[in-house]
Amino acid sequence: MAEFLEYMHGMGTDLLGPVWPLAWTVIKIAVLLAPVMFCVTYLTLAERRIIGFMQIRIGPNRVGPFGLLQPIADAVKLFVKETLIPEKADKVVFLLAPIITLGAALTAWAVIPFSPELILADINVGLLYVLAISSLGVYGLLMSGWASNSRYAFLGSLRSAAQMVSYEVSMGFTLIPVIMLSGSLSLKDVVAAQSGMWFVIPLFPMFVIYFISVVAETNRAPFDLPEAEAELVSGFATEYSAMSYGMFFLGEYANMLLVSTLGVLMFLGGWLPPVSWLGFIPGIIWFLIKLGVLLFAFLWIRATFPRYRYDQLMRLGWKVFLPFSLFWIFLTGTIIHLVGAV
Amino acid sequence: MARTEQTYTINFGPQHPAAHGVLRLLLELDGEVVQRADPHIGFLHRGTEKLLEQKTYTQGVPYFDRLDYMSMMTQEHPYVLAVEKLLGIEVPERAQYIRVIFAELTRILNHLLFLGAHGLDVGAMTMFIYTFRERERVMDFYEAVCGARMHAAYFRPGGVALDLPDGLADKIRAFVEDFPAKIDEYETLLTDNRIWKQRLVDIGVVTAAQAMDWGFVGPMLRGSGVAYDLRKAVPYDVYAKVEFDIPVGKNGDCYDRYLVRVEELRQSARIIAQCLDQMTPGPVRHENFKISTPYRKEMKAGMESLIHHFKLFTEGFDVPPGEVYTAVETPKGEMGVYVISHGGNKPYRVKIRAAGFNHLQGLDAMVKGHMLADVTTCVGTIDIVFGEIDR
Repeated sequence: MAEFLEYMHGMGTDLLGPVWPLAWTVIKIAVLLAPVMFCVTYLTLAERRIIGFMQIRIGPNRVGPFGLLQPIADAVKLFVKETLIPEKADKVVFLLAPIITLGAALTAWAVIPFSPELILADINVGLLYVLAISSLGVYGLLMSGWASNSRYAFLGSLRSAAQMVSYEVSMGFTLIPVIMLSGSLSLKDVVAAQSGMWFVIPLFPMFVIYFISVVAETNRAPFDLPEAEAELVSGFATEYSAMSYGMFFLGEYANMLLVSTLGVLMFLGGWLPPVSWLGFIPGIIWFLIKLGVLLFAFLWIRATFPRYRYDQLMRLGWKVFLPFSLFWIFLTGTIIHLVGAV
Repeated sequence: MARTEQTYTINFGPQHPAAHGVLRLLLELDGEVVQRADPHIGFLHRGTEKLLEQKTYTQGVPYFDRLDYMSMMTQEHPYVLAVEKLLGIEVPERAQYIRVIFAELTRILNHLLFLGAHGLDVGAMTMFIYTFRERERVMDFYEAVCGARMHAAYFRPGGVALDLPDGLADKIRAFVEDFPAKIDEYETLLTDNRIWKQRLVDIGVVTAAQAMDWGFVGPMLRGSGVAYDLRKAVPYDVYAKVEFDIPVGKNGDCYDRYLVRVEELRQSARIIAQCLDQMTPGPVRHENFKISTPYRKEMKAGMESLIHHFKLFTEGFDVPPGEVYTAVETPKGEMGVYVISHGGNKPYRVKIRAAGFNHLQGLDAMVKGHMLADVTTCVGTIDIVFGEIDR
């Protein structure tokens, strides 16, 4: 692998000279984002099929074998449709909003390690970076609601802003005990620190809160208030069509994938096998299995639960999760101090 | 509409995913809190009452299917009862049993749609598909007796159109036997679900006195604790011969109304089972063939029957002058028909009292001070269908 990279660098520098580092970055981004986008599009198919089976339906199975070409058909449809811009909308902001949302959802992937070697940018504050970038997504939603100049979209974006901000807080707090136990903000080190025991075992309540918070943060059912169909039509996305809508959609699924990945890394031991004698199976397989389990839970929840109401959601976030995770941070700190570990 | 600095008006419908058809609400919001809900109706007005004046009594029946198009046969019921009362005829017992069986199957049909749609309004989307699985079976029963899956026109003045086809009684029995297990399935998904309870309990509270003042009927009234059910209060057809309970609520909130309807599903299954037990073979329509259709066999052989058939389907039958009000307990509550006959083959005037109209006027009081999300819950709990409101 290393020799191959050396060879690539040599070839590239010979060929392109000073432009090579830029080209190399673009290649690296493409190599990272292509599988991510692939997963995102197929996550939509998985969602439709899995929820279909839960609801005694078949789901899309017409396009290609088992409906496997459905995401491609959807993408083509979204691309060729006309992007309608409402007359009263602020055009620049209106079009910028989905770009920001999708951009933020994709940028965060830069620091995600898929295995000890597979990482685009191994920075020592990876977790902080992920939290910072993923918080930017809310700007996209806010801007979309404001720029649409529509009342449903406006209410939807206000809701999502409030919701994402409050659940970022509790999500952040659930990750602090993990950082305390691993003693590092680098995602690679966090996984490495779980070689003895996955953090989900000592921090099980935190894992539960983390999972519920990220369901809320990604605006998924039962916390899909910003786009609560029964009340707000499609919430912030009401006025969007074609690819501008598609980008919100992709952003949502990319975020879902991102927070699930983060959950796997922080609590479920990333690419580590559950017991050491199963180590012969490659780490990336373990990683994907764990990711699949979390994503399945996302879909399962969506098929099962009714939707929360806005005030109930806020109450849950601020009055239950926040105090509890603060208490848990305190508890973790105390135990670490008493045991004298780390 | 008066607007102040604080409020914010949004137009909810008539094109809206939760409008249950064509409900248009002008909502005045303060933040997300509803200050006022102003329902606008009339988007589905088809002039049914006027049309009925142009149609013979038999031709009038199908118009009733299309009023509340989610509980079709129960809508025909009051009209055929009114015509029978004007004619002063007795309906054969078997026909009465068949009518009750299908009225209760219709109640199941309607309440299943209510459950599914209410679930969808509150965000539990799987419920909709589950209830449609059972609705499909009931629709098949509809199809078996009259050929149509929704707009049946099966109840006729003097009885029902045709007897049950062979084997249908067994199929219905099999359905009512395993239906309670399906209701348990629905309940595991919703009844004790914390989110479902948080969304429904104490939402849209209507006290018994308020419910009476607004003219609420059916589950909306019983949810508030008033045990008033026309099937018990003024039994029609064979309701006096079957045993069933009237579930009533306590708090008059959306959750109680949900529970009342779920229990009514169980009671309907119970009524159907009893009817199937008690039913004996016999004629299914009144045997005065100046009023009801002659038998097909006789029509092919006998001159008189052929003449009757021709006269019935060209001019209809004459009804003596008089005025009559009949009401039945439809799934949504009291559905009344006031028929004035001046003699002749067409009614002089028909007035229809639809349950949903009164419920809709109570909506403003129900949602005031609640949040935007509760509006859809309240619209769902009313079990609103615009066919009957706009008529």
